[in-house]
Amino acid sequence: MPSKMQIILTACVVLSGTLPASMEAVAAGTRAAKRSKAADVDPRGQVLAFSCAGCHGTDGKSVGIIPGFYGKSPEYLEAALKDFKSGARFSSIMGRHAKGYSDEEIHQIAEYFGTVWTKNK
Amino acid sequence: MNISRRDFNKLIVSGIAGSALGVFGGIGNAYAAKNRVVVIGGGFGGATAAKYLKKLDPSLSVTLVEPKAAYITCPFSNWVLGGLKTMEEITQTYGNLSSRYGVKVMADTAVSIDTARSTVTLKGGAVLNYDRLIVSPGIDFKWDAIQGYSQEVAEATMPHAFQAGPQTVLLNRQLQMMKDGGTVLICPPANPFRCPPGPYERASIIAYYLKEHKPKSKILILDAKDKFSKQALFQKGWERLYPGMIEWRGAAKGGKVQAVDSAAMTVTTELEVLKGDVVNIIPPQKAGRIAFDSGLSDASGWCPVNPVSFESTLRPGVHVIGDACVAGPMPKSGFAASSQGKVAAAAIVRLLRGKQPVSPSLVNTCYSLLAPGYGISVAGVYKISAEGIVEVPNSGGLTPIDAGDDQLMQEAMYARGWYNNIVKDIWG
Repeated sequence: MPSKMQIILTACVVLSGTLPASMEAVAAGTRAAKRSKAADVDPRGQVLAFSCAGCHGTDGKSVGIIPGFYGKSPEYLEAALKDFKSGARFSSIMGRHAKGYSDEEIHQIAEYFGTVWTKNK
Repeated sequence: MNISRRDFNKLIVSGIAGSALGVFGGIGNAYAAKNRVVVIGGGFGGATAAKYLKKLDPSLSVTLVEPKAAYITCPFSNWVLGGLKTMEEITQTYGNLSSRYGVKVMADTAVSIDTARSTVTLKGGAVLNYDRLIVSPGIDFKWDAIQGYSQEVAEATMPHAFQAGPQTVLLNRQLQMMKDGGTVLICPPANPFRCPPGPYERASIIAYYLKEHKPKSKILILDAKDKFSKQALFQKGWERLYPGMIEWRGAAKGGKVQAVDSAAMTVTTELEVLKGDVVNIIPPQKAGRIAFDSGLSDASGWCPVNPVSFESTLRPGVHVIGDACVAGPMPKSGFAASSQGKVAAAAIVRLLRGKQPVSPSLVNTCYSLLAPGYGISVAGVYKISAEGIVEVPNSGGLTPIDAGDDQLMQEAMYARGWYNNIVKDIWG
């Protein structure tokens, strides 16, 4: 008999499992249109992206030596994260972080940062 | 376990959002009025949560209860011992949270929580109503775990320096007064405890100071456990930077301290009585007092939570974040607390709007400094699984053991950059 906690967790996993599929449906060509609506923030992309601010500054605006990325395009960020993940691009620590995300999650994170700076343009 | 769509929907209402039943409770737009969030504790977890709640939804009423006007960060407090940071440089304040983000900051202490009435009573007499409460109280010490040790002893002679502030100043002053050729005892507890690499970074930076100013001195780490965070990286660094200066004795070699005598400046292990010129006792810990007193902690001394929202599994409507909560394999670190603060804030915003929280990821990034140009790090990315919070396989991990000097230098520089950005992300 599963405990209440297990049921809660199972429900959540099922829920999260449905998200990447819907994101895959977002073709590259519709990105710009999607992005222009700042109100349409993908909540999962947002909560994943919040983690980045701890080292890179709020919204990617760094005040110190760690590279910032505010204003970089989602395409650039997605490619950079995938290169860190594969090891194609050298890093001291980013490879270790990027390996923690699926390609879909990397896409969601990159798209979120796109909405952050386009809405401030 | 397979569940049908209908069952799944039922689970969402009864499970994830179960504690939001007040929200779903059938009263048309009842949730429209539910916008009051109280946050207890202005450290890495609580201050992050307060700021991100307002960032996510400026219409929320967010009250942060924190007795200290200035918060001195534990991260980088070891650097003060090597003269690499001043106390002022590791002091954060709450002005920006109120002026830029509209957080109401109350300089008071929360003394009790009434979960039936959804109120928090403050020492000054005020009673705050909340729709959602976040408790981020940090740690409290188990003073009776080591015979002869107490808060009075910590404040007079044998500092723990694991809550930064006067304790950091005291330890620093003792190191500066110590004679060349003296012995520094550092006595860390068994797991789990705040900042797992902290005692070993401390040993490194004290060694950096001693090598420069008192090179005949020694550091002896008397440990209550048999292995420690970033162990191979620390030990390799000690060998390279401070050969012969730092000795580590694990529990199996009689490292566990059982008693202290503050007048004699001695500690007693299973095997012997050892004298120190400076004695740093880091006692075992438990969730901060308000969590303990409010029924948020279990027999472990820490607070069990739903890993999706960090809502207490013991007291619905109350979320516990930071060192005080049980977050699976996540270490009790400032970064982890901040990551949890963001996740809890995002979950609460959705719960107050009658939506279920999304499945989050959580992150930890901890740098440790062994010398000004010699840094190491650990990274962790965590997801939610049926077992709770788990580390994503094949991700995260340590600085490579064979990292070159250029990479160790870069990690040392990034450690400084980490501090600048995380404190701005939280208090800026």
